[in-house]
Amino acid sequence: MNTLRLAVADGVTITKRNALKIRRAPDLLGGVVMLPIVFVLLFTYVFGSMISLPGMSYGEYLLPGIFVMTIVSSAQITGYTLTQDLQKGVFDRFRTLPMSPSAVLTGQTFSDVIMNLTSIVTMALVGLLVGWRIHSSPFEAALGFVMLLLFAYAFSWVTATVALALRTPEVFNNIATIMSFPLIFLSNAFVDSTRLPGALKPIAEWNPVSTLVQAARDLFGNTSPALPLPGAWPLRHAVPVSLLWSVLLLVVFVPLATRLYTRAVSR
Amino acid sequence: MSDAIVAEGLVKKYGDVTALDGMDLAVPQGTVFGLLGPNGAGKTTTVRILTTLLKPDAGRATVAGFDVVRDAHRLRAHIGASGQYAAVDDHLTGAENLEMVGRLYHLGTRHSRRRARELLDSFDLTDAADRPVRGYSGGMRRRLDLAGALVAKPPVLFLDEPTTGLDPRARIGLWEVIAGLVAGGTTVLLTTQYLEEADRLADRIAVVGHGRVIALGTADELKDQVGGDRIELSVTSAANLESAVRTLAPLAVGDVRVDGAALRMTIPVAGGAATLTKALGRLADERITVRDAGLRRPTLDDVFLSLTGHETDEKIKETAR
Repeated sequence: MNTLRLAVADGVTITKRNALKIRRAPDLLGGVVMLPIVFVLLFTYVFGSMISLPGMSYGEYLLPGIFVMTIVSSAQITGYTLTQDLQKGVFDRFRTLPMSPSAVLTGQTFSDVIMNLTSIVTMALVGLLVGWRIHSSPFEAALGFVMLLLFAYAFSWVTATVALALRTPEVFNNIATIMSFPLIFLSNAFVDSTRLPGALKPIAEWNPVSTLVQAARDLFGNTSPALPLPGAWPLRHAVPVSLLWSVLLLVVFVPLATRLYTRAVSR
Repeated sequence: MSDAIVAEGLVKKYGDVTALDGMDLAVPQGTVFGLLGPNGAGKTTTVRILTTLLKPDAGRATVAGFDVVRDAHRLRAHIGASGQYAAVDDHLTGAENLEMVGRLYHLGTRHSRRRARELLDSFDLTDAADRPVRGYSGGMRRRLDLAGALVAKPPVLFLDEPTTGLDPRARIGLWEVIAGLVAGGTTVLLTTQYLEEADRLADRIAVVGHGRVIALGTADELKDQVGGDRIELSVTSAANLESAVRTLAPLAVGDVRVDGAALRMTIPVAGGAATLTKALGRLADERITVRDAGLRRPTLDDVFLSLTGHETDEKIKETAR
């Protein structure tokens, strides 16, 4: 079997394994399906009832933000799974097999895409039930979902890198929580970043999470002409910049995670 | 007969710590070789190098004719490894775990599935085959992990402390499984901390300490060096201990160890239970009160003591505490 076919076949095997694990583990499944439902309902009804926006409902403004928040927070599952496998010697077993060495990480990140797809579909359906609507063309909407998934895939590699550098599930969980909160909340996911005070404004406007949220809003048509236009450059070109971010993350973190994997397992 | 495993002068350092310091091994095809040593002796590092998980800093090794560094990828199709930690997936069933391993050996889906069932049957896991591993006992997990090492019917098998942490019943069960494999002609390298385990399973045993082989031979040859059983005896006072040592010294076939603080002595003896009876008779004649007495098989510590003149580092630390 040639190298590429081997890598693909082994990647598929590992993807299946991880997907099975998520389906079987109640805690993981909760994170993939239950938590997103809770997010959508809670944020829509609690914040949606208190906050009003000119020209549109806060619920519609919010949903792209919740998509992105879920993507960022569910990346923790990636890291948690990796650190656990590392600790339990599962990777040692894999490495004594004649399998493609890259398959472990590609399999892991591909199963994350499946996981994120499940979460996003769940959230979109629940969102439609509570009044979220897509106001753009089917092509734009499809592009919106693809962009979310691409970013999710790239972000998996970031988490994988962090996880392989930290190497213990407990440490990883703490660090990942500390890291993901500012990423999610120092952004335009829940608030209009143009109205943030002082230094918070530029941070939020240049946060890649904001760019992705803005891109999703643009592509799903969840914006209103009555809202102030974002001034910052990445938000004005949210779709291409967001794609650029995903590519950049992949270019940096795929080789980094791969190197850390090799180092982490050869101790 | 050619050697299935050859290691020459393997060296591995972790910073200042030398894990392997010139490890030499030769394991003839179709035999079981035991690496016996305490924690930190270099057993696991040796296995990790031979199973391509680690690169040695110096020295070379071949397994099934493949160099562990240069031919690592091709070598992996010819070995199976089962570690100290049962590397099985909790959320997958026993069958799914084995099928996954089969697919990663590139046996094909159908063949992987059939092989998984075969192994589950022969490892007495048929009833648990479709239950998630989460609910397995420690012994069942180890058996499943071992089964995973056998999926591709590898000619060379590495078992790193296969029974550590198992209760005695599960340990004996696993020994029977391993003994069965060996009868099938597989070459096995096994590491263990238990002399009894090496004795029971291995054709030849290498005693390892501080990263190298310090003694090599069959179990009987080693036991001859170590002596047979030990009488362990504790008394009620220091004066009694002194007279007991004097009284029993003629029965000893090696050095008598005396632990003054614990009022305890260990005497290597020949003749087993009869000698114990004789020893107790003599002590009674001398009116020495015995608090506790027993006969035991030599342990790894005894092997170390007689081979190196000192106990294993762990035992020394334990005693110092």
